[in-house]
Order: sequence, then C-alpha cells, then structure tokens
Amino acid sequence: MMRRLLSVLHARNLEFLRDRGTLVFTLLLPVMLVIGMGFVFGGPERGLFKVGLLGDASDPLAHPFLSERYVEFIGLPQQGEALRKLTHQQIDLLLELRPPERYWVNTDSPKGYIVEKLLLAAEPAASREPVTGAAVRYVDWLFPGILGMNMMFSCLFGVGYVVLRYRKSGFLKRLHATPLSAFEFLSAQVLSRLTLILFITGVLYAGIGAVIGFHSAGSVLLLAPVAVAGALSMIALGLTIAARFSSEEVVGGLLNVLTWPMMLLSGIWFSLEGSPRWVQWVAHLFPLTHVLDSARAVMLDGAGLAQIAPHLLYLTATALAFLAFGAWSFRWRID
Amino acid sequence: MSAAILEVENLVKQYPGTTAVAGVSFSVPEGVCFGLLGPNGAGKTTTIEIMEGILPPTAGEVRYRGEPLGARFREDAGILFQRTALQDFLTVRQSIALFRGLYAHGLEVDELVRLCALEKLARRDARKLSGGQQQRLLLAIALVNDPAVLFLDEPTTGLDPQARRNFWELVQSIKARRKTIILTTHYMEEAELLCDEIAIMDRGHIIAQGPPRRLLHEHFAEVLLELPRQEFPPAARELPLNIIDASDRVEISTHDLEATLRTLLEARVPLGHLRIRPGNLEDLFLELTGKELRP
Repeated sequence: MMRRLLSVLHARNLEFLRDRGTLVFTLLLPVMLVIGMGFVFGGPERGLFKVGLLGDASDPLAHPFLSERYVEFIGLPQQGEALRKLTHQQIDLLLELRPPERYWVNTDSPKGYIVEKLLLAAEPAASREPVTGAAVRYVDWLFPGILGMNMMFSCLFGVGYVVLRYRKSGFLKRLHATPLSAFEFLSAQVLSRLTLILFITGVLYAGIGAVIGFHSAGSVLLLAPVAVAGALSMIALGLTIAARFSSEEVVGGLLNVLTWPMMLLSGIWFSLEGSPRWVQWVAHLFPLTHVLDSARAVMLDGAGLAQIAPHLLYLTATALAFLAFGAWSFRWRID
Repeated sequence: MSAAILEVENLVKQYPGTTAVAGVSFSVPEGVCFGLLGPNGAGKTTTIEIMEGILPPTAGEVRYRGEPLGARFREDAGILFQRTALQDFLTVRQSIALFRGLYAHGLEVDELVRLCALEKLARRDARKLSGGQQQRLLLAIALVNDPAVLFLDEPTTGLDPQARRNFWELVQSIKARRKTIILTTHYMEEAELLCDEIAIMDRGHIIAQGPPRRLLHEHFAEVLLELPRQEFPPAARELPLNIIDASDRVEISTHDLEATLRTLLEARVPLGHLRIRPGNLEDLFLELTGKELRP
C-alpha cells in the first residue's frame, strides 16, 4: 500500500513543482498580501479620537491642542464634506485653524463630548458651533461594500474563467470559424454578464435592504448608472485578463492579484481615511473604489448626479480602455 | 471538370524549429469530395486549418472562388474540427440554433435535425451524447449555413464501426447535394468510399494527387498475395520476392502473378490458404509514406 501511495505522492509533487504558474502564485500571493497589509496598516498607532482640521496651521505652536496624544488629526479641505463627516460621526470634532478659531461638535456623539473637553482645556477661547446627527450604522456603511464585492467577484471570475474555459475546450476556435467577430463575441459576453449582475444586485439590494431596514438617503435610480458603469468596468477588466492566456493558473493568479488588493483597499470593510496618501492614491485606481465611493455618496449622503459624475466618468473610461485592450489582445485559440 | 472552388498556392507554415507545411499547391474543383491523407505529423491538419481561414500561413495563399479568404468565405464554409467542445448546458437543438444565429443564410434548425438524424436527441443535453451522436450534432452545426464547401477534419476518428458507417451515409447524402467536401482521415476505407480525388501528404509535401483509382493504377499496379504466416516456411524468405510481414500473414506484392506463383510452388510453399487481391488505397498509402512508425 505504501508503495502505491508514495508513487502517487511523488507524481503529484512533480506535477505541482513543474506547474510554474501555480507554484509562483502559491508562494507569491501570501508574501504580497503580508507586504501589502504591512504597508497599509503599519506605521504609528492610530488615535482614539478623530479630529478634522479645516485649513493649515501656519504656526503649530499656536495650537497646543494639535500636540494632544491619542488624537488623530485629519486635514479636510472642504467644509461641506467635513461637516457631513461630523454629522455622520465619522469624525469626532471639526476644528478651523484659521482665525477666528472655532470648532464644530456633534452633540449626539459621546466621543465628541470627550474630545471637546480636551480641546477646551488646551484652547479655551475657541468658539463652539454645535451640529447634530446619528452615526451611520456599520451595517449601513458595509451594505454597499458587500454588494460591490459580490459584483467584483462575479464580473472578474465569472467572465475571466468562462472565456478561458471556452478557449481551452476549443469552443472559441469553433466560433472563430464562423462570421462572428471578436468584438461581437466580447460584447455578447459583457452584455450577458451585465444583465445578470444588474438583476442579482437589484435582488440583493431589495432583499438585504429589507432585512437590515436600510433606506437610501439619495435617489435609488442614481444607483443604476453606478452599477452599470462599475459592472462594465470590472467585466471589461476580467475580459482583459482572459483575452490572451490559456492557463487556469495564470488567469487565476492574475485575478487573485487584482481582487485581493481591491478587497483590502477599495473600502469594502473599512474606510481608508487616515491611511497614507499613496495608499489612497492606489486605491483610487481600482474600479471598485469608485463604485463604493459613489454608491455610499448616494445611499448614505444623498449625493446627486453631479457629485458622483467624476466616479461615473472614471468607470466609463476604464471600461472602454479595458474593452479596447481586451479586443486588441484577444486570441481565439491556444497559441 | 468543374472550376476550382478553392485554390491553394505555395502554402508554407513554419513553427520554431519545424516546417509543418512546405510549399503545398493544389486546387479543389467544385462539387467533389477531396481527401487529404497522410500519416501523423504530415501537415494535413495545419493545411486544412489554413484553408479554413483560422490559421495564418507563413507564406502562400488560399483563394475561394478566385478571391482571398474573407467574409464571403466565412459565410459559405462549414467546418467540423477534429475536436470541438460546445457550450455547456445547451440541448442539441439549442446548440444548432446558436450557430444558426451566426449566419445570415442557411437551413432551418428542424431541417438540420432531420438531415443528421437527431430527431430523438433534439432535447437532450449535448454533453450527454455518445461519440457518434456528438459527431452527427457537429455535422449539423457545420451545415447550419448550407455551406458551399464543407471541411471535415478526421470526422470519424474514435467512432465504432456502426457509427462510422452511419456517418459515411450522412456524408454521401451531403455529397448528393453537390457540396464540395474537404476531408482528412486516417481511414483509407473512408477515403476510398467518399473521395473523388485525394492528395497524399508527407512531411509537409504533397507526394501524390488524383482520383483514387488513377493513383492506384499509377503508383500501385501490383496485386497482393496473402499467406498465413505460420504456413510460410522460413527458407522461403530468401526467395527473390517482395515479401512484406503483416501481423498474422505474409504479403507478397508483384506485377507478374504467374511467375510469382511458379516461384512459390517450386519452393514448396503451401498455397492452400492463398488469397489474391488487388492493391487498395492503404497499400498505396504505405507504399508512398513508408511503414516506419511516426513519432
């Protein structure tokens, strides 16, 4: 029995070691994740309180509050955006550094109450502007993230693996022998997956929304262009990955290399506010980040079309770029 | 003879380190069944894939009705590959309908189902067909556009004898509709039965071309004498004859039957189980391409 077992074990080990794609991704992916997580979440310890700062401190020494320990200070250039965050208790206090020195505090926030005491101890002359507003429940904040994550997996893996399977089985080669063009084939794949995604996302929105008692602050109709543009961009990205390769290991590895950073950096589970600037810059390269930013803007803040237009433009542009590249690099058969 | 529907001129296909097709030229008259024969690695599948327009040649050209392969050819050509997977979870009828939708003109799905004897299988999942049924479905798909030229690349490889014969009948019914058929096969019986004209390829070259009877006449005018191996005395192997060992028999090919028989009788070779037959396409094929095993 042991001889047979060892024989199969040896053959399987050889297969694994000679399958370079799997070997590389098996070793590389965890290393990349550890390095990536270290960069994103490493660095100095975060504070207990978050205070938004309007304007720059020309003389930091003139603001003794800025040297308080356990308080994380976040520069917020737009007053409207800063007040929205305070209303939703995403920051605990907002301080204007330009004279006349004043601050805004959410009177419904327990952390706001404490951090106000710290401010007044350091800068008793600051004038007070009270605001009110309940904190956004985590489940409400997470809801768009879950929908977006489902969309991402369905778009990338659903399209990428299907095209790869078609190529490996010879089905693409057979289609190539017909009048069907690469553009027609790819468009059909995009439209099929888009229809499916919109239907599933619609059902999930209605179903989960009813269960958790979610009510969108903005127009639900505005979520349609977000979903369409986002799904198109991610489907096209999946097609780009699958356009040329014939190995499951390579395609699977590339899809993982794309999905894991998006899972961690696009804001599905937590906000990247306060993370290094370059991390936020990288995060904004991902289509999912724009989907979630625009969906949250509509669903939680009641944003209108004008406010989410930059996200929609980015998603549309990336969809077109990925589709063009996918069509250009598309291969019907295994080379 | 009809005008050529396909013309192949100086076709070359090179891969790194190897030349699969080395300057092949021939033409296919309209309405004939043209067989492309050759041992493994001879270059027939590469040649046929270039003719189908799915593989670019390194050099040379294929013309359809006098024009380079293009949109018109794709509308007019039907193809059955050696191995083709279909889309999962579709029935036989849905698989045919999918391909029918890719062409501007063609036959109705019902007619194709009937033509390829798929009536009882029309609602079955296409993945659950036997080998012969699968080939009939793939033939129906190759016929969706009522093609002027039909490519069949080793269509009966792996089929049992009944399924093979059933497939031959289908191909003959297509021939009766005056379609041009390009067939590659390893089965000489199939080529002899179906082909009006054949080209034999070896090592990337065409080494013989013409109607099977004429080729036999030109290249293999001998008759074959077959004797059971156990009845053939070892000493008789020294006779000045063209003796070929087959698995259970010994074959002797000769132009002069009378002289060969006299030689065998003089050597006291028992002739009780002697069989005499004319050469066939397989004999010609082996004569031209040799008997050594190809890598």
